[in-house]
Amino acid sequence: MSPAKQTNSEDYLRMYRQMVRIRTFEDNANQLYLSAKMPGLTHMYSGEEAVAVGICEALTVTDKITSTHRGHGHCVAKGADFKEMFCELLGKEEGYCRGKGGSMHIADQSNGNLGANAIVGGSMGIATGAAFTAKLLGTEDVTVCFFGDGATAQGLMYEVMNMAALWRLPVIYACENNGYSEYTRTDEIAAGSILARAEAFGIEAHQVDGQDVLAVNDLAQKLVARARTGDGPFFIELMTYRYHGHHVGDINRDYYRSRAEEKDWKENRDPIIRFRSWLVAEGIASDDALEAVNAEIRAEAADAVDYALNAKYPDVSEVDMHVFTDVRHALA
Amino acid sequence: MREITLSQAVNEALAEEMRRDPTTFIIGEDVAEAGTPFKILSGLVEEFGTSRVVDTPIAEPGFMGLAVGAAMTGTRPIVDLMFGDFIFLIMDQLCNQAAKTHYMSGGKMSAPLVLRTNLGATRRSAAQHSQSLHALVAHIPGLKVALPSSAYEAKGLLKTAIRDDNPVVIFEDKLMYQDKAPVPEEEFLIPFGEANIKRDGTDVTLIGTSSMVQVCEKAADLLAAEGISAEVIDPRTIVPLDEATLLASARKTSRVIVVDEGHQSFGVTAEIASRINEKAFYHLDAPALRMGAMDVPVPFSPALEDITVPTPEGVADTARKLMSGEMIDAA
Repeated sequence: MSPAKQTNSEDYLRMYRQMVRIRTFEDNANQLYLSAKMPGLTHMYSGEEAVAVGICEALTVTDKITSTHRGHGHCVAKGADFKEMFCELLGKEEGYCRGKGGSMHIADQSNGNLGANAIVGGSMGIATGAAFTAKLLGTEDVTVCFFGDGATAQGLMYEVMNMAALWRLPVIYACENNGYSEYTRTDEIAAGSILARAEAFGIEAHQVDGQDVLAVNDLAQKLVARARTGDGPFFIELMTYRYHGHHVGDINRDYYRSRAEEKDWKENRDPIIRFRSWLVAEGIASDDALEAVNAEIRAEAADAVDYALNAKYPDVSEVDMHVFTDVRHALA
Repeated sequence: MREITLSQAVNEALAEEMRRDPTTFIIGEDVAEAGTPFKILSGLVEEFGTSRVVDTPIAEPGFMGLAVGAAMTGTRPIVDLMFGDFIFLIMDQLCNQAAKTHYMSGGKMSAPLVLRTNLGATRRSAAQHSQSLHALVAHIPGLKVALPSSAYEAKGLLKTAIRDDNPVVIFEDKLMYQDKAPVPEEEFLIPFGEANIKRDGTDVTLIGTSSMVQVCEKAADLLAAEGISAEVIDPRTIVPLDEATLLASARKTSRVIVVDEGHQSFGVTAEIASRINEKAFYHLDAPALRMGAMDVPVPFSPALEDITVPTPEGVADTARKLMSGEMIDAA
């Protein structure tokens, strides 16, 4: 990791805090699933924290992101609150989407998060359209489209990258390459080079270590600034790793990846451990101070989980609300 | 009143709404200088420029997805889908994304976009350029669906669609683009969910959509010559559907035929007939009947194609049988 810049202590600590918040959120979400307190299932972002945080720390509140089925990390990184997030995961009225979206559709438009998406690659058009709005209305907002390596197999990506490049749209395509396309190794589903696919459209493409939050943030800062002044679009391939299976129930995964591989990533390349060591080594924070941050976040998460577990479900009369904007009850 | 073509009516509606609202833009294939293969959009790029009349690559899912994101972030896209048959290409973006945005976000986000496309066979365009697929989108909660039956409806419904905060799909009959109808010079809008009683009658109700309204009117002329009084109703939008007007007519005439150019099975005719059978049962002398397009892919040969869609003669014949009681067992 690169040396610290003197003036950035607060930024560094916020990045640390946000990464720990994501990990803590996911640990709690996983426990809710394992203890059968959460309806449905979910996809864990653990291990990929430096990607969402490194990028979202380069964005303003009005900049937009689109997210994926593995979307809790993006949601937290863009500024969401634990309480509304856990309420949404549990299908409660106070959730970000009043319990109608759940884990795979969580959205937080107040912070520019246009939503997770349960169709792999399904939000690439939406992200490109958000960038189109910025250009048409002159808002100067930048949009980041998060997607996984698996989504690079979807045709939509090439259609919208073509248009984004033709029209110089302020969008950054952020490919989180965690090595696995659901239950299949990425090298079995992706021919050639992922970066070259973007470059074929004349889009400037970069590969970065997605476990190094400073490297991710440094690149994101530069590309976001350039996109804002009309120099986009850009493509980033972030090399990362998901600690859990494709979803929380994907426990027995020896058939597609080894325990030794998982252990290596967790012990030797963990983005939070690496960044924490760096913060201490650079004298930005003491180990004790960082441990206190962790404890504070654990307590915040525990409170939010308790709150969500006790929060009420939406009234059944809400089932036909929000089908149309101008009809209170669609089936009335 | 002046008469203009359906094509001109669409063009006027777009120009008026684009002047009114700078967040609107048209996006699709060959919409700018070409003005689409049907020349409907001629002149718009000259007035509004290429930033608001946006030619795209041939990439329907891509520009549809882009429109959804643009709509979610403060603009009002008007998507031009060159042929209704291409709707299969954009189904994920239309039905999984746009239709569900408002609901999935608990009412916090919306996708106010218009998808303009077309329907209609007998243009000798064969199976992939002739389908009437509006039932597919009417099936998906969250989408409104309008079916203009003349230049007047085409203008009034499109203006309403552009101002609507929900995703709206408008299907224009591609054989009607050059058909003229009286259209007022002054501004007007046609609200959604209000059926139009085109002709009063007492013996049988003919409910027709899009160009099938004309088929029903011609059938009503044939029947009138025989002393049968047919009421003709155009629902104008199928989502929302003006059920009250349709049921009132069914209760009055006691006999109903629903005519639509989509395939008959699992279609618009089935839905409307079923609602009438369920809700006006005791007023009916016979079950409400369906007349849709044949359940076959649209054939190319004129000898085959012409027999796949409802005709005035066919509708009149069914009405006669309905009057004589022959159709009671047929249902």
